[in-house]
Amino acid sequence: MRQSFVAKNPSVLVFLACLGLFTLGVSVLSEGMGIGLISTSFVKTLGKTLCLCLVAIAMDLVWGYAGILSLGHFAFFGLGGYMIGMWLMYARTEGIVAASLSNAEIPPTPDELRSAIANQIFGVVGSSDFPAIWVFAHSLPLQLALVVLVPGLLALVFGWLAFRSRVTGVYLSILTQAMTLALALYLFQNDSGLRGNNGLSGLQNIPGAEGVPQSVISVWFLWASAAALGLGYVIAAFVVSGKFGSVIRGIRDDEARVRFLGYSVEGYKLFVFTLTAVIAGIAGALYYPQAGIINPKEIAPIASIYLAVWVAIGGRGRLYGAVIGAALVSLLSTWFTGGRVPDLPLGFYTVSWVDWWQVLLGLSFVLVTLFAPKGIGGLFDLVAGRRAPDRHGADLGPDPGALREKEAER
Amino acid sequence: MSTLLEVSGVSVSFDGFKAINNLSFEIGPAELRAIIGPNGAGKTTFMDIVTGKTRPDEGDVLWGEKSRSLLKMNESQIAQAGIGRKFQRPTVFEDQSVFDNLLMALKKDRAPWKVLFYRETAEDRARVGELAEEIGLADQIGRKAGELSHGQKQWLEIGMLLAQEPRLLLVDEPAAGMTLAEREHTTDLLKQAARTRAVIVVEHDMEFVRRLDCRVTVLHEGSVLAEGSLDFVTKNQQVIDVYLGR
Repeated sequence: MRQSFVAKNPSVLVFLACLGLFTLGVSVLSEGMGIGLISTSFVKTLGKTLCLCLVAIAMDLVWGYAGILSLGHFAFFGLGGYMIGMWLMYARTEGIVAASLSNAEIPPTPDELRSAIANQIFGVVGSSDFPAIWVFAHSLPLQLALVVLVPGLLALVFGWLAFRSRVTGVYLSILTQAMTLALALYLFQNDSGLRGNNGLSGLQNIPGAEGVPQSVISVWFLWASAAALGLGYVIAAFVVSGKFGSVIRGIRDDEARVRFLGYSVEGYKLFVFTLTAVIAGIAGALYYPQAGIINPKEIAPIASIYLAVWVAIGGRGRLYGAVIGAALVSLLSTWFTGGRVPDLPLGFYTVSWVDWWQVLLGLSFVLVTLFAPKGIGGLFDLVAGRRAPDRHGADLGPDPGALREKEAER
Repeated sequence: MSTLLEVSGVSVSFDGFKAINNLSFEIGPAELRAIIGPNGAGKTTFMDIVTGKTRPDEGDVLWGEKSRSLLKMNESQIAQAGIGRKFQRPTVFEDQSVFDNLLMALKKDRAPWKVLFYRETAEDRARVGELAEEIGLADQIGRKAGELSHGQKQWLEIGMLLAQEPRLLLVDEPAAGMTLAEREHTTDLLKQAARTRAVIVVEHDMEFVRRLDCRVTVLHEGSVLAEGSLDFVTKNQQVIDVYLGR
């Protein structure tokens, strides 16, 4: 009677197959590796979309399964991006500076080299010294470790403080928004050490791969993003499939009951919150090299709200729902805001989609919440004929003469 | 007789209203006890104090052979120490199957890391099967708990309590909203459970208490009014005045 992991989660195999086919298809059609039907910039858009799908999975874990409506997961996403961005910027500037100084008569000392790099990077914010947080920027392995550690530790400390004081529901959502806003405002400052509102740029140039054209690099990143998404999906499915999944869904539905069963609810929430922050950080670290630039605007509170909207539209409480929602809405968003959608003349007013897209998105969010709480993923239930248990209105017992629901609820 | 739970001199007030007033209470390791009392007598607050949901203003709650104080522990630690609680309204996880509900309650390591890598053994399956048999839900084990009838949900919750293997069971109005046949089954379940552990039943319904056939504690305005067999307390003039006379 015991079922294997895959047998219990048939969606994992289907998902991995779809993801594999998609990646293969895009590679074949790309400019860099294939016949050139898909432009490099669109390959990048698709690669970025995969990263957004990954952070949507994280959001679904924390919201759809554990019931914690975090409106701060894009902060972790952005932090992951900043951490990898520091190395990318440092290493590339180092290459440029070293090349220009090598023509000098006296070879530069390491100190001179370092201050020249600092000057190059921080000149824009009127500084020429490396801030303390750049101490590891010369080392790829260390910055990669920070991609995981910085979002993870922030989530751990924040979550510990919030969950320990039993902050739940809308208050927690507000708290996470406040965290995001505080972080964004801090990063906007020039002396935050991360170049203020200029952010980190030129991230699409990968040090050590100067000879490789962007068309090829974009496909590499597509593969890396697809691999991360596949792995993230499997990990998330593993987390929610067993007893752990039972417990966190229990926490979502009735926190007090889980507590009286002897589970330390705070520990579970903290675990899920931190794990998803790490996943979000990794997704961000893959996203921003494809975007080429990261600045504090990316961390603005609205980004995290969009994340919740994607998951709600896709269908929370199921992993593929989050992926569908993120992919669909972010691609549509790119299409609408890219100005390529023809305007809609109404005679008295012309609907320009660049401006009206957000209204459309907001409207569809409201409609989905009201009329299809299971989101797009709910369509799969319609096909499979699954229904949620609902006895409301019926009498309570299997025996005749049982009380009606109204009578029992006192 | 040794005591399993000893509540001594506990008081708690909410906004000046004394919900529990210098309450003392004891129960042995294998005993069935019914607590009755009019609305507002402090029955639910008493349960909240024992399970760690409410902190008393004064007094002490001691547990087990080593007389550990429960006041320094939180809800989940108290539950792990062996106190199980059933709420008045059946609270089962409606979105999950009967099997999953019982499996979650099964006495196992509760640490997140252990639970994450937990995979059920044949032994656990057999234990869940036994429990389902005991509460009369063996045929329903694959169904979602939300599809069960009200009475079946109550049993499932009692089954989840038994799965925790607690040494003390606190049961709040288990018979509310049940048919006669369901009540009889519930009585049997509770009596059987009380052979090996302590069971405290809070109940309004005198007929149900009579069927339990156990010692009764009458609460009134947050303290114990009388204690003894049901016949004994129902003859007590004070009890008649405050409770039965109404």
